[in-house]
Amino acid sequence: MAKWIERQRNIIDFTLSSLLRRKRKNIALIFVYIVVVFFLASVLFFTYSIKKEASMILQGSPDMIVQRMVAGRHELIPISHIDKIKGIRGVSSVKERLWGYYYDPIVGANYTLIVSDDSQLSVGKIIIGEGVSRTRLLFEGDAMEFKTYDGAIVDLEIESTLSQKSELVSSDLIVISGGDFRRLFGTPEGYATDLTLKVRNSRELPTIAVKIAELLPDSRQILRDEILRTYDAVFNWRGGIMMVILMGALLAFIIFAWDKASGLSLEERREIGILKAIGWETSDVLLMKFWEGMAVSLSSFLAGVIFAYIHVFFASSMLFEPVLKGWAVLYPHFKTVPFIDASQIIALFFLTVVPYTVATIIPSWRAATVDPDSVMRS
Amino acid sequence: MLMRKSSLFLIYIILNILFLILLFTHASFEKKKDMQFLREKMEMVSKLQLADLCLFTEASYTRHLSQADLHTPFQDSPTSLEHFPSGSLVGPPRSLRKLNGKMD
Repeated sequence: MAKWIERQRNIIDFTLSSLLRRKRKNIALIFVYIVVVFFLASVLFFTYSIKKEASMILQGSPDMIVQRMVAGRHELIPISHIDKIKGIRGVSSVKERLWGYYYDPIVGANYTLIVSDDSQLSVGKIIIGEGVSRTRLLFEGDAMEFKTYDGAIVDLEIESTLSQKSELVSSDLIVISGGDFRRLFGTPEGYATDLTLKVRNSRELPTIAVKIAELLPDSRQILRDEILRTYDAVFNWRGGIMMVILMGALLAFIIFAWDKASGLSLEERREIGILKAIGWETSDVLLMKFWEGMAVSLSSFLAGVIFAYIHVFFASSMLFEPVLKGWAVLYPHFKTVPFIDASQIIALFFLTVVPYTVATIIPSWRAATVDPDSVMRS
Repeated sequence: MLMRKSSLFLIYIILNILFLILLFTHASFEKKKDMQFLREKMEMVSKLQLADLCLFTEASYTRHLSQADLHTPFQDSPTSLEHFPSGSLVGPPRSLRKLNGKMD
């Protein structure tokens, strides 16, 4: 065993010396490799964590949302529909939901206004999300100005702000009383934005949805399962930026592999020829090339993964921020929970290290099996 | 005495692996620590009957992804095209993809 280890170490020593002879080329190669792994791993860590977090926190969302559609657009729904839906067997509760968007011309941001039927919020008071507070520089006790549907100005007092830790769901929220909401938007009494349902047995949801569709043909039903699956596939690989990153990474690997598989440089071929001439076996040459591939790809892979973790979970994915922000004025500041597991690292390893190592060995095997004299002369 | 190159390489790889293990440990601690906040968020979602994450606030259909409808690409006019960056970043809601599955 000690002899075997010593042999490997000798070959690694030689390989590293050989790599250092082509220092510039290999440093450039390792740098690009680290960047490719870094971006792939960052995307993987970020999207997986968001998906995982969404699947956990959206478990509390309504079992079903019923919305009225008019000419293909979401319309207000009569509250009287609640009684009709309650009559369906299996429905345990139906509530109206009042919510909407408010465009703030002062900062150019859109807020989501929502009425909470549980809160003890009195008329004239609001609770704002951390993003709203940050964007408007408004805090507890301040008054926030709103323009109603008929042009009147209304001042609402900020009772409190929602926790900063909840920004992923509440950054742009303004919790408001039902009376103020109707006053702001002119929503008539007897109407709500949509209805939410709780059912006794979630397996009955599709059947209940069909019954609601028959009962209220102008409505559409959104099931919680669909909400969860929407977020499960939220950053689809076909999405614009995902595609750009994946294509970039793929192209980089094609270039790596092409560079390696299209043949070795004259210097590398001569080196193999000399090694064979002085008595190296083909297996020794292959072992050397294996370690060469490993030295480049494994060290780049490990560094890339570590940098990606730091980027996503310590630096809040700062490089993705301009992309995620888009044209939004109000951008939630959230720190993703590090949901990572070994399978992600293994998948990345097989995507990045293995193809490169294989691409390094194959052309060397071709060069190592021919006559050393012809290799050196070529 | 100068260290052998293979020793330096192995030390580098071992240090990286140890660092990776440290990050996994960090992830495990953070997950435990953040569970309380996750529960808070879950309660908020339940209390306010929320259905979406606040990831993108630039357009209504990316703010409330699950509420987007088939008319989303034509928000502003019947011939308007998607123009918000986040619209090209995220996939359409599940309910719509189910309908258009065969056409995709």
